[in-house]
Amino acid sequence: MDEVMIAALLVATLRAAAPLVLAGLGELVCERAGVLNLGVEGMMLVGAVVGFAATITTGSVWLGLVAAMLAGAAMAGVFAVLTLGLAANQVASGLALTIFGVGFSALFGAPYQGHPIPGLASVVFPDLSRAAPLVQQVLLIDPLVWLALAAPFVVARFLDRSRPGLILRAVGESHEVAHALGYKVLRIRTLATLFGGAMAGLGGAYLSLAYTPMWTENMVSGRGWIALALVVFSTWKPVMLALGAFLFGFVTIAGFQAEAWGIPLAPNLLATLPYLATILVLVLISRDTLRLKLNAPAALGKPFHPAG
Amino acid sequence: MAVLAPVLAPVLAPVLAVVLAALGAALLFAALGRDPLACLHTLFIAPLADRNGWSELALKATPLLLCAIGIAVGVRANVWNIGAEGQFTMGAIAGGATALVLGPAGGWYVLPLVLLAGIAGGAAWGGVAALLRTRFNAHEILVTLMLSYVAIQVLGWLVRGPMQDPEGFNFPQSRLFDPSALLPALFEGGRVTVAAVFAVLTVPLGALLLGRTVMGYRLRVVGLAPGAARYAGFSERGAVWFCLLLSGGLAGLAGICEVAGPIGQLMPSISPGYGFAGIIVAFLGRLQPVGIVFASLLMALLYLGGESLQITQQLPLAATGVIQGMLLLFLLAADVLTLYRPRWVRRRAHG
Repeated sequence: MDEVMIAALLVATLRAAAPLVLAGLGELVCERAGVLNLGVEGMMLVGAVVGFAATITTGSVWLGLVAAMLAGAAMAGVFAVLTLGLAANQVASGLALTIFGVGFSALFGAPYQGHPIPGLASVVFPDLSRAAPLVQQVLLIDPLVWLALAAPFVVARFLDRSRPGLILRAVGESHEVAHALGYKVLRIRTLATLFGGAMAGLGGAYLSLAYTPMWTENMVSGRGWIALALVVFSTWKPVMLALGAFLFGFVTIAGFQAEAWGIPLAPNLLATLPYLATILVLVLISRDTLRLKLNAPAALGKPFHPAG
Repeated sequence: MAVLAPVLAPVLAPVLAVVLAALGAALLFAALGRDPLACLHTLFIAPLADRNGWSELALKATPLLLCAIGIAVGVRANVWNIGAEGQFTMGAIAGGATALVLGPAGGWYVLPLVLLAGIAGGAAWGGVAALLRTRFNAHEILVTLMLSYVAIQVLGWLVRGPMQDPEGFNFPQSRLFDPSALLPALFEGGRVTVAAVFAVLTVPLGALLLGRTVMGYRLRVVGLAPGAARYAGFSERGAVWFCLLLSGGLAGLAGICEVAGPIGQLMPSISPGYGFAGIIVAFLGRLQPVGIVFASLLMALLYLGGESLQITQQLPLAATGVIQGMLLLFLLAADVLTLYRPRWVRRRAHG
């Protein structure tokens, strides 16, 4: 194995992990504020399709990314109205959001199905295809991958070392206490939920604009749920989440590589690897009940209605 | 009205949700440049114009009902099985394998064994989630869902590999099942099979279980007041196992009834999302078996109407999914009327 191949493997791992990191970080912040949004898969799908459509219509991948974030946030807004405004069950509302997102993205995306566009990396570096192989691999680390590398540290710093982060965590640990201290619990939760939606939208758009630059129906294929599992795996710590995502990216890519390394495996069975890995990781992390209890936001998933 | 409210509220919220979803659908059709009224007619009324339409309705309501009853029993005990789609698929695989092996020999015992294998396959897939939840505390929402993706891929592999029809011109599908392994039709000329009878039977059985047995009582206590359940010695593990085996088995039955019924063989895609739609059906039916009957008929109508919309109005089938999603979102919003008694109050000044 030469250095180009090793670089290719590493870069592919990073690229496979980036959408999980982005969406997972959004959900992590949302959960630290005490809101469990199971609609990540739906928000990612809507982000992917809206980002793709906006890129095609405006011709700018950057506007596409902004549109994807807005679309994800809009979906999260629906969730916030239901669970924070109307105190609906968060688990059911998140499922509803995913079911809606699957349908909406398939309907909205039908005209764009299978229409390839230049990916994010070649938009940023138009000479990508003419570069030397090793340089090409380095250039494939596009701006969103860099964001996925940096964002975990930024989010960790925000949560652990800033005043707004402290307030956000307080709201997630005990909304009564935060409310009694005069913090606007519902407003803070809404903002965290919208952030989660925007990040999920961005993660989805990474798939349709950079990873495999085209729209195919249901292209997120469970990554939203894997991101949710990663939040549990990370015990709600951003840097751990990123490490988990890279591990996942590696499993996915190693699966693709298996055939090249002489391990014959049917494509369908290969496709089960990320899901089985998710289950395995969940099992490993969840068996330590105490550790989960100590780290999970205490008010996670609990509705809050400010008393009169 | 105040007296009627407690009686009406459980019915009111679903009805309101359906009306709002229909309005939403009309807006959607208008946005897609179609005549909303004509589309609504195609969606809700035209499918039921003839006898065949009603037969197709029963055909589609059957798997929805089977999946939703199991899901509802689980949610009552706070056990969230959202992987009915995977248990459906595993039931189809296990039952289908039995049909392929035993079918050629023929005999009266083939069909019962096929059905039992289907139930066992679904229950086993649910059981994996139960084991991981009770033994390792891994949450069943994520595990059942991940197992769904796995099951669908395994089916895709089987029909391209070990179970592929050797004379099928390399199409990804199994042999057609032998007649001895196929469910008999309920009446001449319709596609609806005796599976509809199984589905209808689960309704009184489910109501009996939840309302009239100690097990049902335990499940409800575990769901409503886990602390009280622990104090009373009702096992949460037991509830998890019971709910996941039951809902898995029912979803597995739904799966084998599809492949040994209208489909007649294994192929990569055997369900238009019945397992996921079952979640909506369970909630729309208020987690009550009788309510679920109406909800599954409505959802079946959406599937049927969605197909006619595709044919007559050239709308993508995904429109059905959007309307389904809207229905559940509106239902959860309308539930605020059931759970709370909202009043408009003037915002008080701060201080």
